[in-house]
Amino acid sequence: MTEREVIIRLRGIRNQFGSQVVHEDLDLDVYRGEILGVVGGSGTGKSVLLRTIAGLQKPAAGSVDVLGTDVLTADEDTRQALENRWGVMFQDGALFSSLTVRENVEVPMRAIEGLDPEIRSELADLKISMVGLQYLAGDKYPSELSGGMRKRAGLARALALDPDIVFLDEPTAGLDPIGASAFDQLIRGLSHSLGLTVFLVTHDLDTLHATCDRIAVLAERKVLVTGSMKDMLKVEHPWVHEYFHGPRARAAASEGSAEPGEKGN
Amino acid sequence: MTRPGGEDFSVSQGDTSNEVVLRGALTIRTVTQAKAAFDGFNPETLARINLSSVTRLDTAGAWAIVRLQNRFSEAQKPLELTGTTDKVASLLHTVAQTMPSPEKAPQSPFSFAQWLDGIGQKVFAGAMFLRALTGYLGIFLHRIGRAVRHPSEFRFTSLVHHCDEVGFKAVPIVALMAFLIGVVLAFQGSTQLRQFGAEVFVVDLIAISVLRELGILLTSIIVAGRTASAFTAAIGSMKMREEIDAMRTLGLDPAMILFVPRILALLVMLPILGLIANVAGLFGGGLMAWIDLGISPAMFMTRLVEGTSVDHVFVGLVKAPVFALIIGVVGCHAGMQVESNAESLGRMTSNAVVTAIFAVIVADAVFSIFFARIGI
Repeated sequence: MTEREVIIRLRGIRNQFGSQVVHEDLDLDVYRGEILGVVGGSGTGKSVLLRTIAGLQKPAAGSVDVLGTDVLTADEDTRQALENRWGVMFQDGALFSSLTVRENVEVPMRAIEGLDPEIRSELADLKISMVGLQYLAGDKYPSELSGGMRKRAGLARALALDPDIVFLDEPTAGLDPIGASAFDQLIRGLSHSLGLTVFLVTHDLDTLHATCDRIAVLAERKVLVTGSMKDMLKVEHPWVHEYFHGPRARAAASEGSAEPGEKGN
Repeated sequence: MTRPGGEDFSVSQGDTSNEVVLRGALTIRTVTQAKAAFDGFNPETLARINLSSVTRLDTAGAWAIVRLQNRFSEAQKPLELTGTTDKVASLLHTVAQTMPSPEKAPQSPFSFAQWLDGIGQKVFAGAMFLRALTGYLGIFLHRIGRAVRHPSEFRFTSLVHHCDEVGFKAVPIVALMAFLIGVVLAFQGSTQLRQFGAEVFVVDLIAISVLRELGILLTSIIVAGRTASAFTAAIGSMKMREEIDAMRTLGLDPAMILFVPRILALLVMLPILGLIANVAGLFGGGLMAWIDLGISPAMFMTRLVEGTSVDHVFVGLVKAPVFALIIGVVGCHAGMQVESNAESLGRMTSNAVVTAIFAVIVADAVFSIFFARIGI
């Protein structure tokens, strides 16, 4: 493999809540343009890892390097500039409930000086359409949307400033299989056409098959292994073996191999 | 990489007269400028745009270009883009594919009939709300009857717990409030009555207003704020998490388990709180009268017993059970209206408090008219 640009570099991360250590000496690299899926059992700190990289959780030790900037020691202005270059989609969208979907997508754009409000609103419409929502959904309030639509709207807001990286927390949790696979395709398509790096936390084996270039397994307080789906099937570790060889994994794998074109594009 | 904020964008004439060259970063930071420039392009004189000198292009820039292309296509003059890399072409393609087509939500014009319809709907909703409250009162009375026939279904422990919550724990705030009201009445009354040399009537003023009206009314308002909101929040959060539905599927009656102990506790405790408020109010008034007017406690007592009919106490306290029912029913009803989202919980909680206080004051007005008519 040729050398690729490392866009997120974690070294020696240690996260703990009280006496409970979630991560210990954790290392992880994410390369530009890839879709990385993070899996792990409940309570292994997948979401904590995402929050650590996005600067929402300060680790007890270690360094977090995103786009060549040390997130933990950067000053206010550098951090601000960095935050404009990543977007986070939370589990249920985390849309501001008092704003319409369009206004939600406009929120990050308001920070841009000299952006005409009319253009801002039309760009928000473009993002709403890009994530596959109807034009009229822009006028609705989050409480009027279904769970899948809220996730899409959350993604539209995360994409508002054309970030280099998007973090997705359980993007397909709570969606029906049709909605979930549509969302998988959406992520894959947007990542390809916009050159996004995607860091996604998931439990969904179908998502791993359909979208991820690389998988990182969290276990024993660190990133146990990283690699493609094929590599995962060869890992000996009991939990990893159970995860990728269980009955659900086999079902997802047979589905995945039935649609080989899916992974090729 | 260009630093954000320091991005430049410019348009210049190309090699031929029908070509322009775009230079610099065409991003969300420069799109306002770019759109203004693009709006000036004439389909008759322009045929090609050279993008080879564009250093950065994001979806906002692509949007401006696609928008321009669409405008030219409408004028039957397709616009050619040159110097596009694969990446740029793919981005332009994606944006062109998802370009939103604005549609207006159907909006009927404002009319008199619509306005009338709106008022009618509000009146109807108000009537339905009253009907629902009456329904809840009916449910409560029915379950009380049931509890009398089947005492084993009644939750006595729960009743005691709620009596403690709504009654005992409210004693300090209610007593302090009534004490201060008594002080204020004595102080204001003495200032006015001194002008006529009728200071001693301040005792009557305090006694009648506290015993008849203020003691129970202000207690009810405090309890409405404290308890109606607590009922709504407790029942509402159970409704939100489907606990009420779970109760029903387990054969438990939410009305019997949740409403009866709460409303009954209010019914028992509110008259007691009212009595405490009366005593505290008289004490505050008496203290202030003593300090400010020199009316000794003994004189205050004598004047109080001689000049004030015990009817006033009766008139005040007879309202307490009615206010208790209003507060309890409004609180429980609002709790059951909570939907499965957190906003509705907050909205219904504040609704419950406003409705309960308003209803208590309306009921108090009705009582006043009633007692005036029958001459008590």
